[in-house]
Amino acid sequence: MVCEMETDQTEEMEIEVLSSMWPEDVGTQADNQFNVEKPAGDSDTLKEVDIAEKRTMADLKRLPELMNTTDQGTSQLTNLVKQWEYMQDHAVKLLREELKILTKQREEAEAKELKIIEEHNFESQEPENVPVLDDTSHLFRRFKHKKRDALIGSKRVEIEEEFDTVAYWKQKALSLEKMLEASTERERRLIEKLNESLKTMESHSAPVEELTQNLKRAEGFLHFILQNAPIVMGHQDKDLRYLFIYNKFPTLREQDILGKTDVEIFHGGGVKESEDFKREVLEKGKASKREITFETELFGSKTFLIYVEPVYNKAREKIGINYMGMEVTDQVRKREKMAKLREDNAVRKAMESELNKTIHITEETMRAKQMLATMSHEIRSPLSGVVGMAEILSTTKLDKEQRQLLTVMMSSGDLVLQLINDILDLSKVESGVMRLEATKFRPREVVKHVLQTAAASLKKDLTLEGNITDEVPIEVVGDVLRIRQILTNLISNAIKFTHEGKVGIKLKVISEPSFASGMELNADAEEQNGLTETETSVWIRCDVYDTGIGIPGKNRTRRPISYKKALPCLFKKYMQASADHARKYGGTGLGLAICKQLVELMGGQLTVTSQVNAGSTFTFILPYKVATSDDHSDDQDFSDMVDHHQPEPDDTTEGYFQFKPLLGSIYSNGGPVIGNNNFLPHKVMLTSPLKLVNGFVAEPSNNTGQSETTQVENNGYMDETCSGPCLSKETESCSSSQASSEGGALEMESELTVSSRREEENTETSKQPKILLVEDNKINIMVAKSMMKQLGYTFDIANNGVEAINAIKDSSYDLVLMDVCMPVLDGLKATRLIRSYEESGNWDAAIEAGVDIKILENEQACVHSTNRLPIIAMTANTLAESSEECYANGMDSFISKPVTLQKLKECLRQYLD
Amino acid sequence: MELVQMQKSLQDYTKSLFLDGVLDSQFLQLQQLQDESNPDFVSQVVTLFFQDSDRILNDLSLSLDQQVVDFKKVDPHVHQLKGSSSSIGAQRVKNACVVFRSFCEQQNVEGCHRCLQQVKKEYYLVKNRLETLFKLEQQIVASGGMIPAMELGF
Repeated sequence: MVCEMETDQTEEMEIEVLSSMWPEDVGTQADNQFNVEKPAGDSDTLKEVDIAEKRTMADLKRLPELMNTTDQGTSQLTNLVKQWEYMQDHAVKLLREELKILTKQREEAEAKELKIIEEHNFESQEPENVPVLDDTSHLFRRFKHKKRDALIGSKRVEIEEEFDTVAYWKQKALSLEKMLEASTERERRLIEKLNESLKTMESHSAPVEELTQNLKRAEGFLHFILQNAPIVMGHQDKDLRYLFIYNKFPTLREQDILGKTDVEIFHGGGVKESEDFKREVLEKGKASKREITFETELFGSKTFLIYVEPVYNKAREKIGINYMGMEVTDQVRKREKMAKLREDNAVRKAMESELNKTIHITEETMRAKQMLATMSHEIRSPLSGVVGMAEILSTTKLDKEQRQLLTVMMSSGDLVLQLINDILDLSKVESGVMRLEATKFRPREVVKHVLQTAAASLKKDLTLEGNITDEVPIEVVGDVLRIRQILTNLISNAIKFTHEGKVGIKLKVISEPSFASGMELNADAEEQNGLTETETSVWIRCDVYDTGIGIPGKNRTRRPISYKKALPCLFKKYMQASADHARKYGGTGLGLAICKQLVELMGGQLTVTSQVNAGSTFTFILPYKVATSDDHSDDQDFSDMVDHHQPEPDDTTEGYFQFKPLLGSIYSNGGPVIGNNNFLPHKVMLTSPLKLVNGFVAEPSNNTGQSETTQVENNGYMDETCSGPCLSKETESCSSSQASSEGGALEMESELTVSSRREEENTETSKQPKILLVEDNKINIMVAKSMMKQLGYTFDIANNGVEAINAIKDSSYDLVLMDVCMPVLDGLKATRLIRSYEESGNWDAAIEAGVDIKILENEQACVHSTNRLPIIAMTANTLAESSEECYANGMDSFISKPVTLQKLKECLRQYLD
Repeated sequence: MELVQMQKSLQDYTKSLFLDGVLDSQFLQLQQLQDESNPDFVSQVVTLFFQDSDRILNDLSLSLDQQVVDFKKVDPHVHQLKGSSSSIGAQRVKNACVVFRSFCEQQNVEGCHRCLQQVKKEYYLVKNRLETLFKLEQQIVASGGMIPAMELGF
């Protein structure tokens, strides 16, 4: 029955690929997969399949019909028939051959008979028998002839009697009789054989039987192959109604499927698609394959690879389709998994490369920043040389034009220096190198000092005021250096853009701002600030206000403001400068960016409000720890120093300060000392923004006694130490120091004894200055020594900070060259301690810091001095040892390593000549 | 060898040290510092440098071979070596030290080992070259010649 080819179709369901396609538990009944075979629960076995018998089944009825009407259907039958015919032909051929042989034998026998008859004419009656036989059957006759031939051939009748005697005839008759008997016997046997043969032929002639056998075999084979395959097959008619199905879903009964369409049988995803697909195939008349995922209640989600081909009848009309489906759910799943993996992989790779790119960019950026920092550092040294020389030049006799040129040159140089310092500051903050320190300080003093400093260099008729509310603690803990930096920056900014009116600082305590609560940054910052949660902290709001030109809210203004754009841009780096405004007001555009970064680093917030032509207010809010009396403080900060210069105890609590410009006053000393000096000792390095602020031209500072009102920038070293005493109330101490100072603010000494020694030195140049070299590296010492020698100096050596402190304690030096990075006590700390000593007159801070100092009380008393000892750092060119750090720790200048003769010479000149 | 020739080859040799980056201008500083009052200054400093560096390198090797490397000990050594080499103008040693320190900062033992090898390599290179240089100078002096002054500016 060839049912295999034709088909039917089943459906799309299935099961696990490897076991049966349908779940086993569903198919518990002994359903045969050939639905054809299971007529109503009949459990027939394959062997019993007989087309004829099965005609009872609905589908079977149509099967022969189908087979008869379709080419495919008939082809198999045709084959079988052909095969059978061939076999029959073969049998016929064999029989014919046999017949031929027999015929031949008969002919021979006849020939012999003829001969005998000729020989014995009289015997002619004998053959009469033959015709009788012949009549009955041609075959019989043939056999008879044959027999006769044989007889004749084998037995010649031998007669011993005389011919024609009685005896002779008798004898002959006898023998002939015998022969006849034998012949008869043979005949009989042949007939038997013939009968047998006939029977065999009969059996051969039943083709139906044979075909049935073949079909059974084919069917058995197909069943054997297909019974476990995850394959459904079916045939559907033109309306896509099932006519046959093989390996259907077990729970469906025949009647559930046959005569119905997919859509009628199944529900769920994919059913419609498969139906459409079948229809499409039917319409196009072209076999095709498609993968369809079914999502049915019956068997869940399964994917089938479906093959559909159209079926034609002999008239080439479409009569339906054959359908074959193989379940490929697992394969599809694997494939999809694979695709997904591949996709993931690709995505990951893309991300990786993206990440790499980012890392690369970050590295590049870091490198660029580092490079910028390094370059800036490197540029600074020669540049400060240039500026310094220009300043020296400005003290010589110049005509007006030259002086103007020189002024431009110096201010440009200052600008570049400031820019470089700002860059270094920024890169420090950004690279996270900037570390905050927690020191105890007095906010009032810091404010006062900042204002004093600003007032000292004020060229305009402005009032500077400070206003601190009472609830602001007297002492708080924070990074006073940075706070001062911010304040001075803001103040100088305010002054810069204010032409009349006032500039001031207001401090008050506020409650914790909303931005700070729960902010991690803040916690970090507090930690950095040395604050811990348990300690009381206080938020202080600091307003720096002015009555200046203001900042336009939107960038539409044509006002002469340096902020090219609106407020939002204010804190961006380099945002300030339009060329015009930069020229008019100076500055690098980095100052506010630095302030903002610093404030944020400390966990605070910097904001600004402004009104054009009315003024601006910069506000920063910072958390501080409230200092307790037993606070450790191993270093005295600047405010403390200021304090030591301020005898009035009220200062600690005073809440209001006001400074008016002291026009033409304090620095008009016309110091004789400077008169005989070619160099104006002065600003050596204009580096830290802190000092820069201080470094505004001290108006009218014609301290060299020159007739012209030269604007010598008398900045650099006139920060805390000098400006404190010089300004405001302390006029006496100021005047005394002016007398002794070697021009400028290098050393504002209040002790006349010391200064007189210095004057002496200045006049008698032969006298050797005392220099202390603090350096741990023997080779460096050796080299430095040799250089000093060539420059005509000698020096003492200390190998680390502690030795340096002890040396300074024991004798007075004119200059210290201090390595930064040293064992035991590094140069920065040592410098801080020395400065603290200068301010306080005692080594308490050093002792507190654990420096082993041998002091006799009385000895200390007599050495007590407030000289500011010039300390020059020797720095390796690294971020960690940046010049900011040096300045911040109280050093006056720096020489970058390796030290060269030229650098050393310049430096010593500046400080010693 | 002719004195002039020796002087010429000394000059060439010195020049090659600068061109190779073995030495930098700081070495010229040392040479400048050497005068009649201190005729052996350069070789004294360099000898001190050798002694010092041999010791430092030895210490560094020991420190880095510890099971647990104490970077607090390693870093000062490298810093020291960097300072010294920078002072005598042993540029390549100095540069290697800079890298070394960055690995110290990262506490990268493996990187430190590599750097130590690099530093050693550069150190022995400069040592070898300088010794050769001094030998040449001695020969010249022995032949009664003057050490030609290196011109600044390359």
